[in-house]
Amino acid sequence: MVNSVGFKDRVTETIKGKKTRVLFLSLLVIIVALLPLGVNNYIEEVMTNTFFYIILALGLNIVIGYAGLVDLGYAAFFAVGAYTTGILMRYGLNFWLTIPIAVIFCVIAGIIIGGPTLRLRSDYLAIVTLGFGEITRITARNLKVTGGASGLVGIQRPTIFGHKLYQITDFYYTFFILVILAIIVSLRIYHSRLGRAWQYIREDEDAAEAMGIDPVKTKLYAYMIGAAFGGVAGAFFAVKMTAISPETFAFTQSAMILLAVILGGMGKIPGAILGAVFLVFFPEIFREIGQMRMLLFGILLVIIMVFRPQGLWPERKS
Amino acid sequence: MPILEVKKLTLRFGGLTAVNNLSFDMDENSIVSLIGPNGAGKTSAFNCLTGFYKGSEGDILFQGQSIFRQKPYKITKLGMARTFQNLRLFKDMTVLENVMSGMHSRTSAGVLGAVLRLPSQRQEEKKIRQVSEECLDFVGILDKQDRLARNLAYGDQRRVEWARALATHPKLILLDEPAAGLNHDEKDQLVDLIRRIQKDLGITVLLIEHDMGLVMKVSEKIVVIDYGQKIAEGSSEEVKNNPKVIEAYLGKEDEE
Repeated sequence: MVNSVGFKDRVTETIKGKKTRVLFLSLLVIIVALLPLGVNNYIEEVMTNTFFYIILALGLNIVIGYAGLVDLGYAAFFAVGAYTTGILMRYGLNFWLTIPIAVIFCVIAGIIIGGPTLRLRSDYLAIVTLGFGEITRITARNLKVTGGASGLVGIQRPTIFGHKLYQITDFYYTFFILVILAIIVSLRIYHSRLGRAWQYIREDEDAAEAMGIDPVKTKLYAYMIGAAFGGVAGAFFAVKMTAISPETFAFTQSAMILLAVILGGMGKIPGAILGAVFLVFFPEIFREIGQMRMLLFGILLVIIMVFRPQGLWPERKS
Repeated sequence: MPILEVKKLTLRFGGLTAVNNLSFDMDENSIVSLIGPNGAGKTSAFNCLTGFYKGSEGDILFQGQSIFRQKPYKITKLGMARTFQNLRLFKDMTVLENVMSGMHSRTSAGVLGAVLRLPSQRQEEKKIRQVSEECLDFVGILDKQDRLARNLAYGDQRRVEWARALATHPKLILLDEPAAGLNHDEKDQLVDLIRRIQKDLGITVLLIEHDMGLVMKVSEKIVVIDYGQKIAEGSSEEVKNNPKVIEAYLGKEDEE
């Protein structure tokens, strides 16, 4: 009653804000959807690559941003997904059928890494996940079924409704749809009982436990879901590239994805997207200056982190 | 049958015995206080009951079932809620979201339910919100539900803690120094609230408190401990006149 005026103001403001937001978002979706009509293959390739990193960043965002857990070996999940699809297709399985299997394998990998380690404090967790990432890569390098150091080549391109996906535009739209799905899944989980449980644990683990939340199980869910994102991305990555090798999943890959999440702002979906866009676009835009661009890139990252440690995307809560 | 039975509870930290052979019972729907001078082991005992410390020896029965050395979240699920002495709110979340945490163990929606927005999940979300609002209304801060917890006044933050504990649908609620930092009016409201928790909600209350006035006013039974041991037990009149209690308090700390 007392602050009914303030409340009313806030409601109208939210509606207004929501309207402009919906308008802006639909405009963005339309532009991105129509983009392939007006640009060359190179831009399409860069955009597809961006979409791919957005999916990975959103997946890692669940682990780091939502649940507040460190993961320095996220590329491992993406590797498990890519290899699962690559190997199963070699044995003649249809691509679309390999996706659920890739996801299941990734979830299992998430449990294997998370189960014993989630009782650890964050700094130890960082080291264990780092090790896990390297173990996965080295295992892929030494197994016969993964093709050793040269990896898997000649992975078949998938067909959908009789249409074979092989042009860059096909993959552009495939990854675009995946990005939209990833955003919807992220949003819905975030605004659910599980999403809140992650926030409670991130804010105060003891208090969360006193409220009847099982911290280990809840964190494990974050790993499993994050891993599933990586698995889907990996499966599509395998058929887009038609070749995968262990070096694709090196530590730098994990570091890049981590960078996208931290740069954009942990726990924020637009932040993760922005981070991924920046990460892919920056080196492309400055391609002419050759090796210097990575130096410039590094300097810029340091500057951003110094002046905006909470990430590029602004904090919303008042 | 008592709702809570503490049997010869002992807690040692290395060579230090924080809780020594402590035994007491709580009747269903009663208000019991655990008091003692500073450093007497009240909070240690409290943490054993709620699972945050693992007791060394003894047993704790809640509704006839042993909860000794159980994990805190399991104890909460069984129907025992707690608050914290120094506020432990989820500071960057709204008041309502804070209270919604209490409903976690009473609900079950999983990943699929959330991703597909199943009807059962939406129903559950609605119920979580409704119960949380009821709890906020009960402690009298429903109008502040959309504020961030960190922006509330201290007294209101305390209320969020109580609402959050109530949202777990406890049969027994353990309040760890709920009056700490409250002003005179707020303390009166607290007395009223504790009585309402008992009468209106039928919840048993265990209180750990420094404020003697408050303890004497609301408690049906008082357990006094010193050096981790029980030195007296009884009604406020009995405890007040017990020479051992007087001895423990006088000369050790100033009465307020």
